[in-house]
Amino acid sequence: MPALAALPVAVPLLVAAALVGAGTLLRRRVADIVAIVTAATVTGFGAALLARTLHGEAVVWFGGWTPRSGIALGVAFAIDPIGAGMVTLAGLLMTSALTFSWRYFETVGTLFHSLMLLLLAAVAGFCSSGDLFNMFVFFELMSVAAYALAGYKIEDLGSLQGALNFAVTNSIGAMMVLSGTALLYGRTGALNLAQIGVSLASAPSDRLVVVAFLLLLVGFFVKAAVVPFHFWLADAYAVAPTPVCVLLAGLLSELGVYAVARVYWTVFSGPLEQHAAPLHALLFAGATLTALVGGVMCTLQHHLARLMAYATVSHVGLTLLGIAVLEPEGLAGAALYAAADGLVKAALFVLVGILAHRFGTLYELELRGRGRELRWAAPLLVLGALGLAGAPPFGTFVGKALIEEGAHGAAHWVAALITVVSAMTAGAVLRVTGRVFGGWGPRSLGGRDVASAEEAHRQAAEEGEELRAPRSLVGPSMIAPVLVLLGASVAIGLVPGLSDRTVVVAARFVDRAGYAATVLGVPRAAPPVTAPVPHGGRLVAAAPWAAAAVALAFAGAWAALFANQLPRTIRRRVRRIVVPAARGLRGLHSGQLGDSVTWVMIGTAGIGVLLAATLR
Amino acid sequence: MRPATRRRAFLAAAAVVGGLLVWGMGGLPPAGVYNGPYGLVLNQVAVPERHATNVVAAVTFDYRGIDTMGEEFILFAAVVGVAILLRTMRGEAEHEPEEEVRGRDVPGTSNAVRVAGLAMLGPIVLYGIYVVAHGHLTPGGGFQGGVVLATGALLVYLSGEYVTLRRVRPVNAVDRAEAAGAGAYVVIGLFGLVAGGSFLYNALPLGTTGELVSAGTILPINVAVGLEVAAGFVLLLSEFLEQTLVLGASGRTGP
Amino acid sequence: MKPLEYLPYLVAAWLFLVGVYGVVTSRNLIHAVTCLAVAQSSTYVLLLAIGFRRDATAPIFFDVPLGTRAVDPVVASLALTDVVVGSTVTALLLALAVQIHKRLGTLDPNELRSMKG
Repeated sequence: MPALAALPVAVPLLVAAALVGAGTLLRRRVADIVAIVTAATVTGFGAALLARTLHGEAVVWFGGWTPRSGIALGVAFAIDPIGAGMVTLAGLLMTSALTFSWRYFETVGTLFHSLMLLLLAAVAGFCSSGDLFNMFVFFELMSVAAYALAGYKIEDLGSLQGALNFAVTNSIGAMMVLSGTALLYGRTGALNLAQIGVSLASAPSDRLVVVAFLLLLVGFFVKAAVVPFHFWLADAYAVAPTPVCVLLAGLLSELGVYAVARVYWTVFSGPLEQHAAPLHALLFAGATLTALVGGVMCTLQHHLARLMAYATVSHVGLTLLGIAVLEPEGLAGAALYAAADGLVKAALFVLVGILAHRFGTLYELELRGRGRELRWAAPLLVLGALGLAGAPPFGTFVGKALIEEGAHGAAHWVAALITVVSAMTAGAVLRVTGRVFGGWGPRSLGGRDVASAEEAHRQAAEEGEELRAPRSLVGPSMIAPVLVLLGASVAIGLVPGLSDRTVVVAARFVDRAGYAATVLGVPRAAPPVTAPVPHGGRLVAAAPWAAAAVALAFAGAWAALFANQLPRTIRRRVRRIVVPAARGLRGLHSGQLGDSVTWVMIGTAGIGVLLAATLR
Repeated sequence: MRPATRRRAFLAAAAVVGGLLVWGMGGLPPAGVYNGPYGLVLNQVAVPERHATNVVAAVTFDYRGIDTMGEEFILFAAVVGVAILLRTMRGEAEHEPEEEVRGRDVPGTSNAVRVAGLAMLGPIVLYGIYVVAHGHLTPGGGFQGGVVLATGALLVYLSGEYVTLRRVRPVNAVDRAEAAGAGAYVVIGLFGLVAGGSFLYNALPLGTTGELVSAGTILPINVAVGLEVAAGFVLLLSEFLEQTLVLGASGRTGP
Repeated sequence: MKPLEYLPYLVAAWLFLVGVYGVVTSRNLIHAVTCLAVAQSSTYVLLLAIGFRRDATAPIFFDVPLGTRAVDPVVASLALTDVVVGSTVTALLLALAVQIHKRLGTLDPNELRSMKG
């Protein structure tokens, strides 16, 4: 067990160092194979951990430093099925990404593979860790690797800008996480999550707890790109090379939400439990705002990668919705949804990457009708859209059903919100499919709102982004990852009884006293949390909402493509409302560094005031 | 947002956040009072348990060794990242900057500077090695010593011997040294796993407190980290210096 | 006496806010990156202030007997990690700034426009 817990981190780190050390001695294909095998091995470790932890957390103390009378001297990995599941997911995404890059990059040094493996190791460590500062260290390792990978295409000015914005904004978030950790250390003298939780639980919430919670929450929200901390994401995810986007969109954003959940339930649930109502409301509002803003911005985009980036933002909002209910069902739903949705988004990013590789451009208008030679990609895109919409048999359907159930009283509002938002993102993807592969839709977009897109198009052409010559045909190494990722997402949805089992796991996740007992080896301080009684009705109850989402998605795509056929008066009225709103929203997303940081500060101030007023 | 609006919005938000931070920090014990169990326990047990007189080093490389491994790899990732970001692009060639200098006479480095720099090189390298090796006894360690070693390379550049530096710094050797340092940490951890049952277990003999060779794996880890940090910073230095290559008329670097 | 006793924490808060202010209002990328480093240093001050003890020596027992009153070693270790992390992120950002300057000819963040889509 100690070996199994440490190896998902140690092996990729060692291989990454070896790849850099071997440097030019290694031929590119050898490096590719080594990296892919390493990622696959990590996937295997993750799956083994998942199996081992189904009945209880696995706790491993590094250096053999076990705690003494409840005081943790060393650093622990405390792995539960949700953490192990994320490690497996990370391994799977990385294997697919590296397979895709086999053909995607004409020439690439071993430095790329090394950074990708470092990213993988960091994610594995982050999801396994039971120590707050250790989480920060892996958080930073993940971030540093991501900054460099996002800026990989140094010829594109957009890449450099996006990476810069990404790096500065996320660094500020990381500083906040560290400051929150320091405050908690000052109060409790501990860095171990369980120990801090035990220490805080003995006293009611006071100003230090509130501010520490604020700092940690905001820091992780920046990573997760919750509104208003999300302004950096589209610029960064849209310019990163596709294999990197697979990981960024498939996993990294959800890790911020995971961290909030983990830190809340192990550390803060003691003092903050009594204030669950305002906290619930705040998280709910943040999730709703994120989901809606992300969804609307997604439909307004005509650059495929930016479209997918905003889809990522809005789906993070939906995942946060599951956490916001502060119940095991919601958490279970969020976990399943994040996993299945991450796989679908990764598959869609790969498809977008295939289009970029073949046609050299990602602007929807330029690609209009050209998809005919890649016919087989169209049904895959439609499948991906269905996955985004949360249609059965995708795992997203099960996740949504659980989240809706977890909302109890507000179930209908939550279901309606999820339906509308997933319809928006799925509809955008369907619109793109129709335009690129069917050649449908207007040849150019009238209206001032999108004239800016055409102007930006010209600007990008000047900057050389469009000068990539179309490459050779797409090979199997680029198609296989799509199939594997979509298949995995469907597999999650098809496992019988998965939702019930996940709820049981989630009940253990939220059990602070149980976690502390397992990690610190002290007797339980409170009676165990009983898992809610399972009932199979949730999938049936969610089915009509899922059907509605799919129908709305198709309707929305049809409307976008064939709007010119609608009567003129309707078009004019819609345009009068939509265009100024769209322009306003787009204007906020200026992509300037100063703006994203200012919004981080504004968000911190707002959330801080709310927390200070309600959480004591 | 327009810059003026942005500034005003930011100042308002920052005032609120500042107020919140000050309010929250009021809940901390005053500076100078430390009650937390973690540090107090470690100050008592670290020396007898690990035979290392520098408790900070014992914490960094033993009790919380996995954090330091992550930190070392953050440095590694950043160096690799900088190498990726500053790689030569298509169409970019290292050109003689005399075209940029345009007739301006680039003065060579004065002999005094060159001699002083090179004279200091030896003691600095020696000092760096001393700091690395004695990390478990006195203040210092792999990170600090590694940086001192890297400044030796900087000194070579400043004393005007960049050409020499490039010759002395064959890229591959320094790259390999950095990778070796990083990989060695993981290998030591795996050794602990095999020999002691948990990753990064301190499985080497602990020796006598106060001796140079003591404290088990802390010394080898320090050496590995020192190697990696020194190599990493030399690489960073040369990546940035190559961007601004200014070779004077005599083939020596100018200021 | 309260403000004086909490002075290090106030300094940490000030450093953070001033650093981020510099990032937001900067007109030169190198300046912005340096301001970020200033903001980062607020975490060092905060950590070390938390572990400080009055009339205590460094936790190095080479020439002082074991059991002497010493400051917290853990925050020193955390601060060390923090310094390394901060400096590496600064290096990455400076590399990005160098490349942006090569492509754009300017280091003014306001000149960087988002790609529209």
